[in-house]
Amino acid sequence: MDQLLNDFSPGLFTMQLVILLVLIFLMAKFAWRPILDALNEREEGISEALAAAEEARKEMQNLQADNEKMIKEARAEREAMIREAREMKEKIIADAKETAQSEGDKMIEKAQLAIEAEKKAAFAELKSEVASISLGIAEKMIKGQLSTDNKQLELVEELMADIKLN
Amino acid sequence: MNTFAEIFESIKAMLVKSKWFSKRPTKLFALVLGLFFSLSTYAGGKKGDPIDTQEEISAYIMHHLQDSHDFTLYSSAKTGKHYGFPLPVILWTSEGLVTFMSSEFQHDDNGEVIVEKNGLKFAKIHTKIYELNAGEDVVAFDDKHHATNAVRPLDLSITKSVVGMLLTAVLMLLGFVSLARGYKKGPIPTGLARGLEPLVIYVRDEIARPNIGDKKYRKFMGFLLTVFFFIWTLNLLGLTPLGFNVTGNIAVTFCLALCTFLITQFTANKDYWKHIFWMPGVPVPMKLILIPIELLGTLTRPFSLMIRLFANMSAGHIVVMSLISVMITLKVVMGPVASTGLSFVLSLFLTILEILIAFLQAFIFTMLSAVFIGMAVQDHEH
Repeated sequence: MDQLLNDFSPGLFTMQLVILLVLIFLMAKFAWRPILDALNEREEGISEALAAAEEARKEMQNLQADNEKMIKEARAEREAMIREAREMKEKIIADAKETAQSEGDKMIEKAQLAIEAEKKAAFAELKSEVASISLGIAEKMIKGQLSTDNKQLELVEELMADIKLN
Repeated sequence: MNTFAEIFESIKAMLVKSKWFSKRPTKLFALVLGLFFSLSTYAGGKKGDPIDTQEEISAYIMHHLQDSHDFTLYSSAKTGKHYGFPLPVILWTSEGLVTFMSSEFQHDDNGEVIVEKNGLKFAKIHTKIYELNAGEDVVAFDDKHHATNAVRPLDLSITKSVVGMLLTAVLMLLGFVSLARGYKKGPIPTGLARGLEPLVIYVRDEIARPNIGDKKYRKFMGFLLTVFFFIWTLNLLGLTPLGFNVTGNIAVTFCLALCTFLITQFTANKDYWKHIFWMPGVPVPMKLILIPIELLGTLTRPFSLMIRLFANMSAGHIVVMSLISVMITLKVVMGPVASTGLSFVLSLFLTILEILIAFLQAFIFTMLSAVFIGMAVQDHEH
């Protein structure tokens, strides 16, 4: 301890104190302050840039999500449209079929009615024709061939055969 | 990590004090090799008589640990000449300021050469300059070789340690001002400054911020950064062949610890003083007992800072020098080749370890300073 105290140099201590204080002052003013300021600034810049990048990434993700959603919506819409069109097509076809059917039916019905009417008219005409023919035959029979009974009978039979042929 | 290193350091210091004391010197191998065969006049040996006994080697090591008024790079044993340069001696004496060059002492360290200036007589004894009392011409010694008829003036000389500090200051200013300038050109520094930046960030993020707190650390950065790089640079300078031993000087570590102490006391908040004088949460009798303990604690903390740095750096120098001296002390037993080889391997290993310790001690000093400051300024939540 004695040795230590003896070795202690007040002069060196004074010089050291002065040098240290001046050095601290100079370093603080010309080195540490600008260095620490620059470091802080840089670190803030870096963290800001990182935050901005993160923000951009999130925005990008949002955009992508939006895009996907839009695509999905568009697809759904397209499908809906296609389905609707298909339905409409089927309906139109069905309608057309139905209409055609009913028209056809109607026409057939009309035709049948017309045929029926024609038939009736033909029958009526035939009847009257038959009647007139019958009348003619009867006239002829009565007119010429009623000399004998046999002859009358033959005639009747002939006529009858004719009638049958008709 | 800290505790491990400190235990290791104290063991090392003990080893040095007990067994290896009588062995030998420091530094880069080549230089000390030179010192060995030549350094005689300095450590008390006569001209042409190399330092080769254990006593001489011990004395040489102890001499190295002291501050010096000359900057000696190399001394020749054959001619007794010293190569280096003298440094200015600045004394605040009883008659005011006296200055002269240290070369006037002619490398005498035993009070034999008397320098007369301004009517005052000065002698240098064991690296200390004494002012002879009026009317005395020769230094008188008592049986412990202490001067009896001389007093020590305030020695403001530019000693070797002061040169080391100034060199460190210049290096730090050059390095870090260039780093600061670099930021004006762009956010990323280039060149040498690029290596310094992570160190600054390291001190800020590993030492200041966690211990002092994010909000308050900023105003202590000037002190912490300066002290960290100051101690580290001086520690590393101590490993160069220039032979500085600045941080192994008690006056230097005292000054550094005093700064920490003053900063702690003057920035301390109400809570800190409350915890010293009226510890909350303990019974009243305990509060009274804790007052002297806490008060003592405020002193022991910087005291431990002072002793730790001083002891570690001194011990490092002593061990490295001792291991280098193995080549002399074991020359007779092992032969010159084996002893030199052994000395080389051991001192190389220790020097590498010292490079680590140079950083570690700077880190510990700064770290603990930050811890103490943090204790003084932290807000307690209870």
